[in-house]
Amino acid sequence: MSDTHSSPLPASQATPSGKMLRTLGLVATLSGLLVVLSYRVTLPMIEHNKRMAIEKALYTVVPGAVTRQDFVFDGDSVKAADNTGEGVHIYAGYDDQGRLKGVAMEAAAPGYQDVIRILYGYDPYCQCIRGFEVLKMAETPGIGDKIVKDAAFQANFEALDAQPHPSGSGLANPIVLVKPGQKTQPWQIDAISGATISSRAVARMLNDSSQMMSPIIKNYLSLLERGTRS
Amino acid sequence: MPRLPNETEPVTLDTFLRGLWQENPVFVMLLGMCPVLAVTNSAINALAMGLASTFVLVMSNSLVSLMRNFIPKQVRIATYIIIIATFVTMVDYTIQAISLELYNALGAFIQLIVVNCMILGRAEAYASKQPLWPTIINGLGIGAGFTFALLCLGVVREILGAGQLFGIDLFGDSFQPWVVMILPPGGFFVLGAWLLIFAWFRERKQRLSKLQEVTQHGG
Repeated sequence: MSDTHSSPLPASQATPSGKMLRTLGLVATLSGLLVVLSYRVTLPMIEHNKRMAIEKALYTVVPGAVTRQDFVFDGDSVKAADNTGEGVHIYAGYDDQGRLKGVAMEAAAPGYQDVIRILYGYDPYCQCIRGFEVLKMAETPGIGDKIVKDAAFQANFEALDAQPHPSGSGLANPIVLVKPGQKTQPWQIDAISGATISSRAVARMLNDSSQMMSPIIKNYLSLLERGTRS
Repeated sequence: MPRLPNETEPVTLDTFLRGLWQENPVFVMLLGMCPVLAVTNSAINALAMGLASTFVLVMSNSLVSLMRNFIPKQVRIATYIIIIATFVTMVDYTIQAISLELYNALGAFIQLIVVNCMILGRAEAYASKQPLWPTIINGLGIGAGFTFALLCLGVVREILGAGQLFGIDLFGDSFQPWVVMILPPGGFFVLGAWLLIFAWFRERKQRLSKLQEVTQHGG
């Protein structure tokens, strides 16, 4: 009678658990070393690229700015940014005379495929949003990316009303998305036909961010105007 | 003469060229379809993904080949995955350091190189049985074949879908781009067309060799 069942390996041929653990441990250690090494080598370049991306976007969304200073809102107050501080970053842009031209802040919301991250410019004197630049998005080419390319949609942000409520909390009028061509108020955004989800994401992130930051910018305007020169 | 699975392969030009044509991972083996369809909406994305995958393939397979006598059979897949994930992480950081724009364009597909069956398949079927040198040459060939296939798709899709090649305008304002070509359905259309062309070439080659055989026997 022939034995058709596969018999277990004899004890002499079976791989000892110790050898398996040693191999996995060695490979994991080597892997960890290589990952840490490449992280340490590339970190300064990645940080530099991120700074450059924000700087490039800042000078676009704050027209007239030639220099910048970074501030951070840590939940209690606005102060000059240092490398250790966590919080919401406020990038203030100044002209060549050192006058404040506007501030830029990051905002994010889920789009059609992934989170859309933008940097938007806020003019504290007209209390309005002056434009935005996309830092990261994965919207459908030809459809969702119209939030950047559609001139009519971009026209919404020439002076989008975002004035703080007199009570000092939130916006006087929330930023809302309306159907294409139905904008009647300066705080409304005309949606893009066929790209509603992407345009709604932009409206939502601007509303959420301005609800929090617009009153703070108003309260700390003198600090932002003075910058760190004091 | 066919080679036994565990037989060491001598390094010849064929070791490299096989990956480009006979064993092309995309047009012949249909491996790694996820990045093939997803990131080939422009030629530069296709080239970057091809080069990143080639680097991971060559480096991870080299390490697998060097360690092939020490890796126990029971934990080999886990070991291969750790090795591949290490090189993918290195590529991820490197692309971020080179260009954030490119990194954003490739999205999650860089990290997903870890689960590209072309790389794991090569580790299991080739690198774990062959010495370092043939593994490197074979990996380079397969990587070149993969990059070539991605470029074939990326070039066609960018020209038709955006009227550009590597971001340079080709036709001016009069050209109306076929937006569908840079959307996911366009990836399937172009892949289908390339597979058809490759199948036709293969069939023609087989027909010609059969004809030659018949002529020789007849003479």
